[in-house]
Amino acid sequence: MSALVLAVAPALPLHTAGKYVAGAYIVFVALLLIYVAIMAIRLSRTERDLVELGRELERRAQEDSGRDLEHVP
Amino acid sequence: MRTALAVLRKDLRLELRTFETVPAMALFAVTTFVIFHFGLGQATISGQLAAGVLTVTVLFSGMLGINRLFVTEREQGGFDAFLLAPVDRTSLLLAKAAALFTFLVVLELIAVPAFGLLLLGPSLGPALPGLAVVLLLADLGIAVIGTLVSAIAVHTRARDLIGPVIGLPLMIPALIAMARGAAAPLAAHGAASVPLKWLEVLALYDVVFALLAYAVFDFLLED
Amino acid sequence: MPPTRNYGKGLRGLSLATVATLSVALALVFFYAPLDADQGFVQKIFYLHVPLAIVALCGFMLGGLFAIGHLRTGDRAWDMRSYVAIHMSLIFALGALITGSIWAKASWGHWWVWNEPTLVSFLIVFLLFATYQPLRFSIDDPERQARYASVFAIVAGAFVPLNFIAVRLAQGFVHPRVLTLGGGNLPGPMRLTFLVSLVGIALLFATLWKYELTAKSTRMQLRALRRRVLGDDAIRPLGRSAAPS
Repeated sequence: MSALVLAVAPALPLHTAGKYVAGAYIVFVALLLIYVAIMAIRLSRTERDLVELGRELERRAQEDSGRDLEHVP
Repeated sequence: MRTALAVLRKDLRLELRTFETVPAMALFAVTTFVIFHFGLGQATISGQLAAGVLTVTVLFSGMLGINRLFVTEREQGGFDAFLLAPVDRTSLLLAKAAALFTFLVVLELIAVPAFGLLLLGPSLGPALPGLAVVLLLADLGIAVIGTLVSAIAVHTRARDLIGPVIGLPLMIPALIAMARGAAAPLAAHGAASVPLKWLEVLALYDVVFALLAYAVFDFLLED
Repeated sequence: MPPTRNYGKGLRGLSLATVATLSVALALVFFYAPLDADQGFVQKIFYLHVPLAIVALCGFMLGGLFAIGHLRTGDRAWDMRSYVAIHMSLIFALGALITGSIWAKASWGHWWVWNEPTLVSFLIVFLLFATYQPLRFSIDDPERQARYASVFAIVAGAFVPLNFIAVRLAQGFVHPRVLTLGGGNLPGPMRLTFLVSLVGIALLFATLWKYELTAKSTRMQLRALRRRVLGDDAIRPLGRSAAPS
């Protein structure tokens, strides 16, 4: 454990090494966020389609009840 | 088994009569050697470089054969005939793989001497036993994967593209073993024997993919 | 007929577990794991790169297993599971390749190194599975598309271990391994951090896989409903690569 505590001969000095580590983790986060964005776009499209469907069904329900009223002699 | 032999005989006879595939493959290989001569800028090559050049050339010439493997079946209803006939469907796999293997062997019978003549530095004679073993084992692997990939590709729209695109990565372990294994026989200072581990890799690859192909081929033939 | 199964069940618990594990993993990486003697701070990428790689490979093989399920039962739900698993693994593999490349650049000065067998095997596997979607795209008939894709997934899944064996043998012991830690003997704190990261990334894969399946299933069911209620003109034509179930 003690042998590992301080870097004896690091591949890069600490201040430049940090950039690469940050870069790697940023790539990971970016991929995740891109995925979230794609799913969000799909979800909004799904919601829009669902709303349209709901409206159509609502319209038909009203038509049916309207027709029922007409048939009442 | 009889069905497989019958289909194999049909394919070989067709090839003998029309000379469509194998001469094209052989010509492609020899032309590739010429290009390599100019591309590499060396009088002769040996060792790992020679093995690599031979592997790549055999692979790409083999691709020509793979692309054409199921074309007659598709164009002239051979698939339907096979589905209707009361035969074991995997015999088609056996027959086509055997045909492709034969084409590859004939290709190599032409290409390897040409290689020895045009590009190879050390003499071909002492290299032949080791080289032959490596090539035969590799041909088995290429034949199995090539048949599988060709059967998949023949029903897609981008027929000639999908075959190599799928087949090449799948063949990489066999090709690595072939290139590394052939380096010793083709060494500059006298042919050495092929390291056993490459033969083992090739054998393992052949067995695994032959079994896999046997297991899944049926599903490719269903309508 | 769209499925009536509920893919989203258990998604909440799974995603919470993922968040918790990944947070703990990140904390461990940056506050607990000691610095490596050879590579220093750059070695921290290891905790991201290797779990991504391992999970991607397992995901590819899982895609093959689901494909076996599809060919055996004929139920296209298996094909969808296989498709999503392979799709996810491809993204994870891309992440593994990029982080591996960054690590190589930081340790070795080059964006790509051939003497790291893991990276090379990875590239080959990635190239192979990158052909999965073009293959699906080039077959029009949906039933045949699903069947051929499953055959490919099985063969490619079996290919993964073989490929690693071949590449590792080819690199041999001539070149030193660049991106490992002393022959695989991780000291205690590092091992713990690594395991937690691995579990976290694996949970992330499971969560995203389930999420994608739920989203797809929902879209398919909505599409079927719209078709029934609004007629054929109301739906957009399907793209060819997704696996309808």
